[in-house]
Amino acid sequence: MAHAGHDVDYIHAEKGLKSWLLTLDHKRIGILYFVTVMFFFLCGGIAALLLRGELFSYNAQANVGEILKNGDIYNQVMTYHGAIMVFMVIIPGIPAILGNFFLPLMIGAKDVAFPKLNLLSWYCLMAGAALAILTMFTGRVDTGWTFYTPYSIQTGTAVSMMVVAAFIMGMSSILTGLNFIVTVHKLRAPGMTMHRMPLFVWALYSTAIIQVLATPVLAITLLLLMMERVLGVGIFDPKLGGDPVLFQHFFWFYSHPAVYIMILPAMGIISELITTYSKKVIFGYTAIAYSSLGIAAVSFFVWGHHMYVSGQSELAGTVFSFLTMLVGVPTAIKMFNWVATMYKGSIEFRSPMLYAMGFLFLFAIGGVTGIMLATLAVDVHFHDTYFVVAHFHYVMVGGTLMAIMGGFFHWFPKMFGKMYNEAGARWSFVFIFVGFNVTFFPQFILGGMGMPRRYFDYIAAYQPLNRISTVGSWLILTGFLIGLYVIIQGLRKGAKAPPNPWGSTTLEWQTASPPIVHNFDHEPVVTAGPYEYK
Amino acid sequence: MSTSRVIDGVNVQSHYRDVDHQFSSAKQGIWLFMVTEILMFGGLFVAYALYHMMYPEMFAEGARFLDWRLGFVNTLVLIFSSLTMALGIYYCQLNQTKKAAIALAVTVVCAGIFMVIKYFEYTHKFHMGIFPGAMLNMEQLNNYLAAAGEPLVKSPNLGLYFGFYFCMSGLHGLHVMIGMGLITWLFIKTLRGHFKPNYYTPVEGVGIFWHIVDLIWIFLFPLLYLVG
Repeated sequence: MAHAGHDVDYIHAEKGLKSWLLTLDHKRIGILYFVTVMFFFLCGGIAALLLRGELFSYNAQANVGEILKNGDIYNQVMTYHGAIMVFMVIIPGIPAILGNFFLPLMIGAKDVAFPKLNLLSWYCLMAGAALAILTMFTGRVDTGWTFYTPYSIQTGTAVSMMVVAAFIMGMSSILTGLNFIVTVHKLRAPGMTMHRMPLFVWALYSTAIIQVLATPVLAITLLLLMMERVLGVGIFDPKLGGDPVLFQHFFWFYSHPAVYIMILPAMGIISELITTYSKKVIFGYTAIAYSSLGIAAVSFFVWGHHMYVSGQSELAGTVFSFLTMLVGVPTAIKMFNWVATMYKGSIEFRSPMLYAMGFLFLFAIGGVTGIMLATLAVDVHFHDTYFVVAHFHYVMVGGTLMAIMGGFFHWFPKMFGKMYNEAGARWSFVFIFVGFNVTFFPQFILGGMGMPRRYFDYIAAYQPLNRISTVGSWLILTGFLIGLYVIIQGLRKGAKAPPNPWGSTTLEWQTASPPIVHNFDHEPVVTAGPYEYK
Repeated sequence: MSTSRVIDGVNVQSHYRDVDHQFSSAKQGIWLFMVTEILMFGGLFVAYALYHMMYPEMFAEGARFLDWRLGFVNTLVLIFSSLTMALGIYYCQLNQTKKAAIALAVTVVCAGIFMVIKYFEYTHKFHMGIFPGAMLNMEQLNNYLAAAGEPLVKSPNLGLYFGFYFCMSGLHGLHVMIGMGLITWLFIKTLRGHFKPNYYTPVEGVGIFWHIVDLIWIFLFPLLYLVG
C-alpha cells in the first residue's frame, strides 16, 4: 500500500476484495458506503412497496388486495421501512458516500483526518445493520422507528436488539461527523480559507456538528430504553413514577436535529449543482454558508413540535411553534439564493440540474407544509394524519433523495471515470419526480380528510386517493430501476470521462477522473473562491 | 489515501504536514469525542434534574442509603489519579520513561481502588434488597432496616432513585474500566519505549479521557451521595 503509484487511479491501485474491505482510502470507503447503502435502500424500498400494496384497498381481508397477512405484519413492515430508511439510508447517505469521497478532494486534502476511524465507522454501520436485520428472525420489531415508550418497554418483540443496532449505527454517525470536523479545520490546502470552501463542504461541516452534538443524546436515550427493558429502572415507566413523555423529549432532541442531518448535506449538493449548471457564480455565498450553520443551531431548539399533543404545556408549545417557524428563515435564504443564482445564468438542463430543480419544487412544498404543521392550532388537527406523512416524505424523499440522485449523476464521471447515458438519467428523473408527486400529494388530501397514519386499514371513502398513491409508488419504482440500469450501463460501457466534463470550478474537477490514489499530483494552492465562472 | 513517512523519528501520515500538525489534529478529535461523552452523560443529568424536582423527598431518602464517606474516599482517589495521569504525560514529554510508567501504573491502581470500593457498595446494596427500579425488593429492605433499628422506607417509588443511581454510577464505572484498560495499554507501550518527547499522542488522548471521567464523578458524587 505504501508504494501505490502516484499516477494510478484509486480503483485500479489494488485488486481483490481484501484491498477494499481493509482500505483506508476515503474514496474507496465512500464506494463501500455507496454499495451497502444502495442495498439498504432496496430493502427499505421493498418494505415501502409492500405497505402501499396493502393500502391499495380498504378492508383488505374482504377484498382482493390482501398483501400482508394482518395488522401485526403491517406494523412490522412499517417499522423496518422507517428504521432502515432513516438509520441506514438517509442519515449515512450523503455524508458517508458523497461526503467521504468529495470532502477531502474539495478542500485539496489527501484524505480525511482519521482514515482508520473512517473505516471503523463503516464497520459500525455494518455491525448495526447486521443486528437490525437479525431482529427479523428473533421476534421482529413493531414499534415504529421512534420506539415510543411505554409500548416499546412492554412489547415482546425484539426491541432491545434493534435498539442496540441503532446505538451502534449512531457510533458510526458520530465517528463520521468527528472526522469531518477535524478534516475541515486541519486539512485545508494552502489558500483554502473557510470562505473559499465549496458550499457542499460548508453543509457537511454543519451536518457534522449536529452529528457530534445530537447523536450522544440518542445514545443515552437508547441505553436507558435498554435498561428499562432489561432491569426496569423506571425512568420512563409511570408505574414507578417515571415519565414516558420524557422519552419523547430525549428522542426528539436527537431526532429532530437528525432531520437536518438528512437535509443539510442535500442542500449543499443543490448549491453545487445550481451554480455548475447555471455557469454562474453562486448568489449569496456567505448567506448560504452561514444559513447552514443557522439551521444547525436552531435545529436543537425545535424538538417540542413533535409533542404538541403529548401533554406538554401550552407555553412550551407556543415557544416551540415560534422556534420551529424560525427554521423557515435560513431555509428560505437558501431557496432565494438558488433561484437568484439561476437568474440570467446560462442554464444547462442536464439530469443533475433537473434533479436540483425537482428538489426546489418538492422541497418548497415540504418546507411550507412544515410551517403549517408548526402552527399549533393547525397541528392539533393534522397530528398523526397522512398530512404529516406527506410532509416529511416531501422533505426527505423530495428533498434528500432528489439531491442524492442529482449529486450522484453529477459526480458519477469523477467517481468512476465513466460517463452515463444522459437520456436514461433524464427518464429516471421524470418517473421519480412524477411518481413522487402522484404518491405523496394525495396523502396531503387524505391527511386533510382525517386519515390517520400507521394504520393497516381504512374506511371506504379514502380508497380512491390511496389507489392513486399506490400507483405512484410503482412509478417511483420504475424511475429507480431506470436509474439503476443507467448506473450499471454507465459502469460497464460508459465512455471514458474527461477530468472536468461539466466545466466546474471546484477542486475535485481539477484532478483526473477517477482521481489518483493521492488525489492530486501536487498539493493544490487556492487563490480564489470556489465558483469563479467567467 | 494515507501512507506514512518518518519525520524526526515519528510516523507521520502523508496527509499531515508534520508531527505537530498530526498531533494537534488528533487532539482536536479527542476533544470532540469528549464532547459526545459529556452530552451522553448530559442526558442522564437532565433526567436526574427533572425527577429531582418532581420527587425531592425520594432523592433525599435515597441518598440516605449511600455512605458519603465511601463516596468521598473515591472522589479523593480519582482526583489523585488525575494528578498521576497528568504526571505520566509530563514525564513522557521529558523523556523520563521510567517515571512515566510509574505514574501510569499508580493511575491504574487508583482506578482499581475506585472499582473495588464501588464493588463493595453495590454488593452491600444488593444484600439489603436494593436494586434498580422495579427490582427493588421493598420487603427485604424494610426487614433489613427493622432489624437494624432504622426508620422504614417512606417513598413508595424509591426504586426510581436507585434506577438513577445504578445507571449513572454504572455507566461511569464502565468508563473507569475502559480507562483502566487504556492506561494499562499505555503502561506497556511506555515500558517498551514507544513514547518520546515529540510523540506521546495516545498518552495525551487517554489523559484527556481520564480527566473527563474524573470530572463526571465529581458531579456524580454530590448529586447522588450528598443530595439529602
